[in-house]
Amino acid sequence: MTASASVHTAAADSGGEVLRPHAENVFADELKALAAADDRPRPARWKLSPWAVATYLLGGSLPDGTVITPKYVGPRRLVEVAVTTLATDRALLLLGMPGTAKTWVSEHLAAAVSGDSTLLVQGTAGTPEEAVRYGWNYAQLLAHGPSRDALVPSPVMRAMSEGMTARVEELTRIPADVQDALITILSEKTLPVPELGQEVQAVRGFNLIATANDRDRGVNELSSALRRRFNTVVLPLPGTPEAEVDIVSRRVGQIGRSLDLPAAPDGMAEIRRVVTVFRELRDGITTDGRTKLKSPSGTLSTAEAISVVTNGLALAAHFGDGVLRSGDVAAGILGAVVRDPAADRVVWQEYLETVVRERDGWKDFYRACREVSA
Amino acid sequence: MTVRTTGSATSGGPLLLGVRHHGPGSARAVLAALDSVRPRAVLVEGPPEGDALLPLAADERMRPPVALLAHAVNDPARAAFWPLADFSPEWVAIRWALAHRVPVRFVDLPAAHSLAMTEPPAGRPADTVLDPIAVLAGTAGYDDPERWWEDVVEHRSTDGAPADPRAPFAALAEAMTALREAYGDGGQPRDAVREAHMRIQLRTARKEFGDDIAVVCGAWHVPALATRTTLAADRALLKGIPKVKTELTWVPWTHRRLARHSGYGAGVASPGWYGHLFGAPDRPVERWMTKVAGMLREEDRPVSSAHVIEAVRLAGALAALRDRPFPGLTEATDAVRAVMCEGSDVPLALVHARLVVGETLGEVPDTAPAVPLQRDLTRHQRTLRLKPEAQERELGLDLRKDTDAARSRLLHQLRLLGISWGEPVAGRGSTGTFRESWRLRWEPELSVRIAEAGVWGTTVLSAATARAESEAASATTLADVTALAERCLPAGLTEALPLVMRALADRAALDADVGHLADALPALARSLRYGDVRSTDTTALGEVAVGLAERICVGLPPVCTGLDADGAVELQHRIEGVHTAVGMLAAAVPADGLRERWAGVLGKLSARDAVAGVIRGRATRLLLDDGRLAEEEAARLMSLALSPGTPPADAAAWIEGFVGGAAGGGMLLVHDERILGLVDTWLTGVPADLFTDVLPLLRRTFSAYEPGVRRTLGELVRRGPSAAAARGADTAGMPGFGPGLDEERADAVLPVLRLLLGLDDAATGRATR
Repeated sequence: MTASASVHTAAADSGGEVLRPHAENVFADELKALAAADDRPRPARWKLSPWAVATYLLGGSLPDGTVITPKYVGPRRLVEVAVTTLATDRALLLLGMPGTAKTWVSEHLAAAVSGDSTLLVQGTAGTPEEAVRYGWNYAQLLAHGPSRDALVPSPVMRAMSEGMTARVEELTRIPADVQDALITILSEKTLPVPELGQEVQAVRGFNLIATANDRDRGVNELSSALRRRFNTVVLPLPGTPEAEVDIVSRRVGQIGRSLDLPAAPDGMAEIRRVVTVFRELRDGITTDGRTKLKSPSGTLSTAEAISVVTNGLALAAHFGDGVLRSGDVAAGILGAVVRDPAADRVVWQEYLETVVRERDGWKDFYRACREVSA
Repeated sequence: MTVRTTGSATSGGPLLLGVRHHGPGSARAVLAALDSVRPRAVLVEGPPEGDALLPLAADERMRPPVALLAHAVNDPARAAFWPLADFSPEWVAIRWALAHRVPVRFVDLPAAHSLAMTEPPAGRPADTVLDPIAVLAGTAGYDDPERWWEDVVEHRSTDGAPADPRAPFAALAEAMTALREAYGDGGQPRDAVREAHMRIQLRTARKEFGDDIAVVCGAWHVPALATRTTLAADRALLKGIPKVKTELTWVPWTHRRLARHSGYGAGVASPGWYGHLFGAPDRPVERWMTKVAGMLREEDRPVSSAHVIEAVRLAGALAALRDRPFPGLTEATDAVRAVMCEGSDVPLALVHARLVVGETLGEVPDTAPAVPLQRDLTRHQRTLRLKPEAQERELGLDLRKDTDAARSRLLHQLRLLGISWGEPVAGRGSTGTFRESWRLRWEPELSVRIAEAGVWGTTVLSAATARAESEAASATTLADVTALAERCLPAGLTEALPLVMRALADRAALDADVGHLADALPALARSLRYGDVRSTDTTALGEVAVGLAERICVGLPPVCTGLDADGAVELQHRIEGVHTAVGMLAAAVPADGLRERWAGVLGKLSARDAVAGVIRGRATRLLLDDGRLAEEEAARLMSLALSPGTPPADAAAWIEGFVGGAAGGGMLLVHDERILGLVDTWLTGVPADLFTDVLPLLRRTFSAYEPGVRRTLGELVRRGPSAAAARGADTAGMPGFGPGLDEERADAVLPVLRLLLGLDDAATGRATR
């Protein structure tokens, strides 16, 4: 998930063999220090109090001197609402565009609340009901008939019986009938197993975090019955241009190193320009707040800005003089902005003519864009 | 300086109730204190001239929010407002006193002085430059002063009244005393004068009623009122301050204006929420969520009781997480967003506008004195010699004269305010842009309208400006804003123009329909010309218009394809409008290369096959008329459009676009044999079975010509192209004229023509611009 990794700031360095260790392993020390310092009331089966969970995500320093790195850089309010939701018996739905750290936040919430972020259902168009409820071990089933031993519990079922936090990724990609299986779980907090005449009842401490993509609305829109079981938190794109430039340049640096691209000596100006263009078109208003703009249909997320700059760097390194110039990013920007050939092209040209043409120091960029748009 | 900090709590002196203006918790506390102490008189911070108006507060037709308005008699623009909502402690105190038949008086510095001391002040004098609440909150570790006050004072008193209702005021007075010792007057030297006056008033009242008096004033003033000073020292402070003649009245107010931070607003960010806190007997958060749910349901959003329950729980849990004693507006809003609005800010904005701010409109009884707006209007009517008469009469204005221009501005401003004393009518006789005709008729209802409009400002000009700005902010379509701009210019509302123009630019940027933009541009170009006549500054307007034209240039080509016949004709008319407007614009404002870009767009349209025929034809014609297209090139495009492969209906549409309309299309055919020849050749080549299809189109095209032109065309066609070609292109005579050109006689006309058109003057004039 390069997209979500772009928004967090924690140094996820681990010397282990695993390519990407779980959050609860990477930050085990911080979690332990927090648990030690945490003297506030904890909900049943929570490893930390809600206050400590919020501190774990937002960062801070403890009385004993331990520094908690911020895992999520964004409005404090959102994290507080998310944590509080988990403390009630409502499920949490994290909404946001691709690249806004939904998965990242969900993983860290589960790690901090339950100490385990692995009870995960990955939502796809082919996610079966078994992934949400339970499946069968058919060898056992045929040999001994239906029994508790032949039952293969889903991550959700395990979370219910052990009072843990389950995670569902990309909820809106899951077919509607499978989504419906969640309704009973979330409202009755019970999962019937009619084959055995039994049921599994959720233990206190059970809750569920789902993530879904804003832009995917309509793929498998949540029914209002299911929607009602969730408190929704929308994760926004980076708030300030500085934060976004920072994220983009850091990620571009990382990617560039792994691709053995020479470091661009004067890339900052172009990165700032790309971020400015993306932000202005996305927000529908210029940074000076004086002119409104139409927004194109593309998402123009931070992740896309990163790919435009990386692409430009590669162009500059292999076909140019190694310096990132307007011409190297212009084509990439055009490709990212103009997704719908008719409507988006008008949006882009209006932007060029009304904003870019007049701006000081953007003459070369204007010319480069005119060249590629022609 | 001796400071008596406990003046409010002990029975020794008058009861000093320090409040936060518009704080619902303060209002409750004041009510509780008054009920328990039952003073013999109540003094309230406010202008003493308002004492006579106080009984009106008990009138049952008086509904807050209202404001006490003071203005200078000779200059209504010099005004100050004291807004009061039903949750304002001052209002509560006044109503309590009136209900218990206890004398109530205002004790602040008279408005006669405060209005005279400064240039027209922007509303209620701000309590302090230094915010005392912010200092206290900072000391308590809060970053948001409003929140600290809510937690400590406003909420404290809602969860069960304290044992002694006077205790919170004593604590607050103590804190304020400490603050004033540290910060002095907090950067507001005028406070010393105001407080001196309050002390004098307090002394007078004590002589009259004894110590059984309650004083309701800003918490900041409490220490100053408790200070012992000599009467002489206070008198000395008040000596020699300027004075103007003032008048006061009650005016209706709105929650929205309470929420405004600038101008006459009170800076209360959430009057609706405060009103709720004050009005709710118990369980404020539960009641609030129910209210929000009800409002959202009315807007057709599915919100169930389960949502309400969850929202209340989430708000409570959030408050606990944030270490707050009680959920506040922040928690309530976060919970509403997460539970009822599915994380979206769009319905939340509705909640904010309708409930958090609120749309309550105050009412004032008819018996309140006249508003200054009426006075200002009367003054204008006198100086402009424009008497209000019930009898209808017509008035012709010559805008080149100063008085007439001022009259026109006044009438336009009144129309913007919805006071339709004058209606513009089509002028008789002269149609020059400097002439205007009005039909005037004064009806008694208009007085009511003026009273209503009083909420917008104290003078006709300022009220019209405020009204226009508010309309600009709330307008939804581009056409609305354009219409508004057209009304602002003749009304001379130069101060409102930037905001209107900003709104216009914003709407234009977001409007995806080029048709709307094209409709708006001609009106703007017209307004620019009006601006010239009335010598108003139209730079901003020019910029917006040029921006609009740019957007049309970008957006026009894609929408000209795939149109049905009616749509194409409609768009063709719009293109004509834009063409004229671009011409006017390029002449009126510096717009580098706008004409060229527009010509480029027309060139693109004329050459692209997918564009509807009538538009292609018209674009070619416009370029030809502007001399941007050589006649040979036009002929080439025409033969291309009329080539045998083109469906006859398309070709006929092209002809309609090219020579259609009354705008000299016929003369073009008369004078250009080649073009006529092309049409002739094409027409004779149309197969018989298709001829009936194109006939209506052709009839529409040619029937619009003048009869003379039609006859000449007919004669030319009868002679046949060969005959015409043999005689050359310049011989086609108009009916009644000889063939050929008598150059000597033609030249003789030229000097007169030049004089009429002012060609030499214009050339030099343009150069010096």
